[in-house]
Amino acid sequence: MQAFDQPSGAGAPQTAPPLGRAIVVTSGKGGVGKTTTTANVGAALAARGANVVLVDADVGLRNLDIVLGLESRVKFHLLDVLEEKATLDEALVRDKRSETLYLLAAAQTREKEDVDTGQMKALIESLRARFDYVLIDCPAGIEMGFKNAVAGAGHAIVVCTPEVSAVRDADRVVGLLPNDWRPQLIINRLRPGLVKRGKMLSVDDVNGILRLPLLGVIADEPGVIVATNRGEPLALDMGSETGAAYRAIAAKLAGEDVAAPTVRPSGGFFSKLGSLFGGR
Amino acid sequence: MLDFFNRLFNPAPPSSATAKERLRLVLLSDHLSLAPDVVEALKRDLLQVISRYVEIDQAHADVTFEHREGEVAMLASIPITGVRPRLREEPPEPPAAVPPPAPPLEAALTTATVHAPLEAHAVATEPAVKAATPAGPQRRRRRRKASAAKRAAQATVQLGTPAQA
Repeated sequence: MQAFDQPSGAGAPQTAPPLGRAIVVTSGKGGVGKTTTTANVGAALAARGANVVLVDADVGLRNLDIVLGLESRVKFHLLDVLEEKATLDEALVRDKRSETLYLLAAAQTREKEDVDTGQMKALIESLRARFDYVLIDCPAGIEMGFKNAVAGAGHAIVVCTPEVSAVRDADRVVGLLPNDWRPQLIINRLRPGLVKRGKMLSVDDVNGILRLPLLGVIADEPGVIVATNRGEPLALDMGSETGAAYRAIAAKLAGEDVAAPTVRPSGGFFSKLGSLFGGR
Repeated sequence: MLDFFNRLFNPAPPSSATAKERLRLVLLSDHLSLAPDVVEALKRDLLQVISRYVEIDQAHADVTFEHREGEVAMLASIPITGVRPRLREEPPEPPAAVPPPAPPLEAALTTATVHAPLEAHAVATEPAVKAATPAGPQRRRRRRKASAAKRAAQATVQLGTPAQA
C-alpha cells in the first residue's frame, strides 16, 4: 500500500493532529437519501471550517460527484488509488465552493467485489490522518459494498425515511454494525402534514422502533430536489429551512449542544404546498 | 347494514398506526429468526420447566415461531411420555421462579395420564404482541400501558391437545 501524500489544498492540515472521525452514512435500503445526506452534512461541516473528505463507496453506481456538482472534475477514483494507478492527491477533488471540502469518487465501471477490505481500511485510516471528518457514502444493501464501506469507519449515521421498508432495513443494518458504535439517526423526507393526519409514521414512531440517538430530521420538500438538480448542496443555502436543518446536524456532530430537531407541521411555504397536494 | 354502522362509528385506524403495528410485528419475528442462540436457550429453559411437571421426549421436542395475522406466536410441540408420580396425589407447589400453570395445563395432563404418550401443543403468545393487536379502542388503550419492561415480564402459556391447538 502506498503512502498517501498530503493533499496540496489549503484545507489539509499540515501537522500530524489526532485522527479525524470516519463516519459511514448507511441505511440498508436504497433511495432513502444517503448520498444527499452525505453531501449536505459534509458541506455543512466544511462550512464550519472543518476539513472534510467525502468518500463515495458505492462502486459501480457513483453519484456523490453529481450531487455535489463535481462530476466534470473527477479524473481518478477510489480504485485507482487502491490499485496505485493514481496518488491520493490526484484523485481527491476539491469542492467548487469550499476550500476544506474534498471528494474521493467511486469507480463507475467496476464492481464492489473489486475493492479489498483491508486496503479500504488502510485508505480511510490515512484519510483520517489528514481530515477532521471522513464521511463514507455507503451503497445500499448489506453485502460486500456495505462491508467495505463500514470497514474503516468508527461511527455511523443511519438514514431512514418514515416508511415501513426503510425502517425495517435500518433496523437490520444497525444489527450489523459493531455494538459500541451507537449509530445516530437522521430521519429523511418527513412530511409533517401527512404525519399530522396520521398518514405517515412520525419521528417518534420511527425512533420508538429504532431507538437511536436522533441526529436530525429533514423534511421532504422541493428545495432538496432543486438543489440536487443544480448540484449545489442545500446546506449552503442560508435562506433554506432544510439547509438550516443540515447545518444543525453538522453542529451536533461537531459536539455542539443543539436543541432537539423539530419539523413544524406548518413548516414553510413549500411544505404547506406539499401537504395540499400530498396524499402519497 | 350493521357493518356500515360499525364502520361509521369505528373508523379504521390511521394508516400510520397500521404501519407502526406491522413494523413492530415484522421486526419481532426478524429478531427472533436472527437470534438462533436466543431461541435455543429459550427452548432449553422451556423444556426444563415443563419436565418438572411431566416426563417429556426432549429429542422430539420442537419450538418454532409463526408470524400470523396480528401476532407472532410461539409454537411448542413437546411429546409427553409420562407423568411425575407426585402429580397423581396433589397439585405441586410451583417453584418460585416459575409462573403458576394456566388452567388448561391441568386439563392436558389429565388426558396425558390416559393416553400417554401424547403430544402437547403449547401456544405462548408474546404478551406485547397480544396487548398491541389493534382490534379495537380497548386494545389500543392497553397497549399504551404496556411498557417495554412489562412486556418481557409475563408470558401466557396455553397447553392443550393437538386437536385443541
